Amino acid sequence: MQTELIHEARRQAEICNACRYCEGYCSVFPSLHAERAFSDGDITQLANLCHNCRGCYYACQYTAPHEFDLNLPKALAEVRRNSWECFAWPQPLARRFHTHGGTIALALVIGFAMLFLAIRAIGSSGGEGFYAVLSHNAMVAIFAPAFLLPLFSLAISLRRYWVEVGGKPVQIADVTAAFKRAGKMQDLAAGHAEGCNFEDEDRFSQARRHIHQAIMYGFLLCFASTSVATVMHYGFGMHAPYGFWSLPKLLGISGGVLLTMGCGAMVYLKQKSDRDLGDPMAWGGDIAFTLLLGFVGLSGLGLYALGSTAMMPALLAIHLGSVLTFFVLMPYTKMAHGFYRLAALIRDAQRKRDLMSAG
Amino acid sequence: MVPKSEAYDIAVIGGGNAALCAAMTAAEAGARVLILETAPKPYRGGNSRHTRNFRCMHRSPLGPLIEKYSEDEYLSDLMKVTGGKTDEHLARLAIRSSEECLTWMQEHGVRFQPSLSGTLSLARTNAFFMGGGKSLVNAYYRTAASLGVDVLYEAAVTHLELSGDQIEWVDYTFEGQSHRITPKAVIVASGGFQADTDWLTRAWGEPAKNFLIRGTPYNRGVVLADLLDQGVESVGDPTQCHAVAIDGRAPKFDGGIVTRLDCVPFSIVVNKDAERFYDEGEDVWPKRYAIWGRLVAAQPDQVGYVIIDAKSLNLFMPSVFPPYKADTLEELAGMMDLPADKLTGTVSKFNAACGDTTGFHPTELDGVTTSGLTPPKTNWARPITEPPFYGYSLRTGVTFTYLGFKVDDTAQCSTPDGKIKNLWAAGETMAGSILGQGYLAGFGMTIGTVFGRIAGREAAAYAN
Repeated sequence: MQTELIHEARRQAEICNACRYCEGYCSVFPSLHAERAFSDGDITQLANLCHNCRGCYYACQYTAPHEFDLNLPKALAEVRRNSWECFAWPQPLARRFHTHGGTIALALVIGFAMLFLAIRAIGSSGGEGFYAVLSHNAMVAIFAPAFLLPLFSLAISLRRYWVEVGGKPVQIADVTAAFKRAGKMQDLAAGHAEGCNFEDEDRFSQARRHIHQAIMYGFLLCFASTSVATVMHYGFGMHAPYGFWSLPKLLGISGGVLLTMGCGAMVYLKQKSDRDLGDPMAWGGDIAFTLLLGFVGLSGLGLYALGSTAMMPALLAIHLGSVLTFFVLMPYTKMAHGFYRLAALIRDAQRKRDLMSAG
Repeated sequence: MVPKSEAYDIAVIGGGNAALCAAMTAAEAGARVLILETAPKPYRGGNSRHTRNFRCMHRSPLGPLIEKYSEDEYLSDLMKVTGGKTDEHLARLAIRSSEECLTWMQEHGVRFQPSLSGTLSLARTNAFFMGGGKSLVNAYYRTAASLGVDVLYEAAVTHLELSGDQIEWVDYTFEGQSHRITPKAVIVASGGFQADTDWLTRAWGEPAKNFLIRGTPYNRGVVLADLLDQGVESVGDPTQCHAVAIDGRAPKFDGGIVTRLDCVPFSIVVNKDAERFYDEGEDVWPKRYAIWGRLVAAQPDQVGYVIIDAKSLNLFMPSVFPPYKADTLEELAGMMDLPADKLTGTVSKFNAACGDTTGFHPTELDGVTTSGLTPPKTNWARPITEPPFYGYSLRTGVTFTYLGFKVDDTAQCSTPDGKIKNLWAAGETMAGSILGQGYLAGFGMTIGTVFGRIAGREAAAYAN
């Protein structure tokens, strides 16, 4: 971990702890106010609890030009990104993508190329629909490891995180509590449920919270679509292509629309926000990741719309190429934040549970 | 933007809570309002940006407030801290009106939160602003803008021309140029004069140079002085103010809440000669913090030193500067430039005067007292024996001065000849009308909100 980032966040946290005015905003402050001194692990946990809603920044009496120069959303964002880089496995891969949008774009081009190559080299063994371009077995052979290896990598990272923040054995109640908070994105709502301060200084707005949920639920719907299709394929021998009124299509199309529109709106919203209240280093990586995720949705929709035309093979390669890139980069891009956030919320639920049982 | 001379019905001088309440109320009554705020935008809001709650009467649970807090109980709390030096009529008006303020504040964008950790003793009486005073100020500026109120930042009012019974014009500087406007009515809500060290020194003498100012550096009393010179009636004594003892390492201005120290009741406090000078355990801290500013101001060099030992360290809220820490009292004395032999003598004398400490209870008056010691410590008196030892330096931190405009119950100002027909005052600049001395936590915001709204209503009625 970069000690100067931790030091700066600790300096600011100590000022916050003497003030406490922001206690009602989010999960960070009750957790922060429970300590008198902050270990590196405490700071890492606080950083991952912070959803960068910025309510505390605009409420703060000590922001620049005040000599205390508080900017907690930024300090925590920097620690957060650094923690993801440090916990990532394998290390050398991780350090490129959070801070370099260009490398994500490059990875995408490579993803396209690999799929075109696969189609040319392997091709079909006489299937229908998309399988006429690339056989089902070939798709499985490419995507099963491309999905499972990143998950394995993330599991290692989360394990490292858990040790660093002093996590305890997880109970179901902790997980339920964390999922509830994430499901409603409560930490982007401010204590009074009016949203965050993002696109227009101190004005509270639900825009970012709603857009984030569109992306998250859109992604989950797409993922559900693929999962359902897998079950239908292997469990029931029902093979693609599926009709419009089938579960995979209904889930996939609604998810794709949410994902595409959500990512587009998020990039637009980010352009209006003050970059200096986040991690300026992560700006390019964040934008590129959001665009990539949106492109996964958009190319999926395109494939659906033009699937029966001559453009299908090219669109299939482009869509699958973007999906491949997205999955492989999961542990090394902003996508990792979802996993860390959940871990942080679970850890926080444990803290609250300990507090309840203690007092 | 430089406004046209006659574009506004009402000029509000100042940009804090009272000014904003006045401006919003007047704008809602149909008046065209201009706020002239001396501070640049990041520092707008005067001392309100450092506040965290307002004290609110309520007959039954209200918003974040639990149980009830009656008019008489509120008044009696005020009487205790002011030693009876208050205008009971105005005080009752402020207290009674505070109840309806809470809803009005919510309607104008303020959000509340439960009492902060470490402030449970205020959960019944004080409503805490979500995010503190700066978010209240932010919300009010947004609401004011939506009501059509114009705001000029870095607009320093230099003179109000009083002619007979009315204000004729307002002079201010903006972007290096002087300007004059002629509003129909003027509301002064620009605070006390505490940031003008020369004025404070004229009132207090040399000791005032060692005072720290807890809030905005922009409250220099320019408009106050200008109007008092022209014979506007004043109230209060220039040496009276809301002053507390804060960490001696705090910045000269704007240190705000984080520089406060809550450890006095668990400590002994000595002066630079390592002598105790007051009963540190007289009462619970929220009822005593406001007298320690004056106590420290009366000591040589206006400094005090808090000494505690390891067993008391976690009994109070952390503050922004870490304490001095040493394994022996001699070493601690060295770090704080205190005479070591005298400090150890004072501590041993204190320790010897401590009795049975088994009844020690940090959050209530526990009667754990010293015997035969002058001055005594009448609660929480535990011997200071357990290393490491910790120390903090104390200085006087002035929040706001009480010398201000004398107003009536319509917030209107006057001269010895009678009312000034178009001049009203609200907030700290007239709080001396109610606070003769002492301070009650959260009462400044109550006065500002209540009299800001009254001033806005009256000024708009006059201007329309």
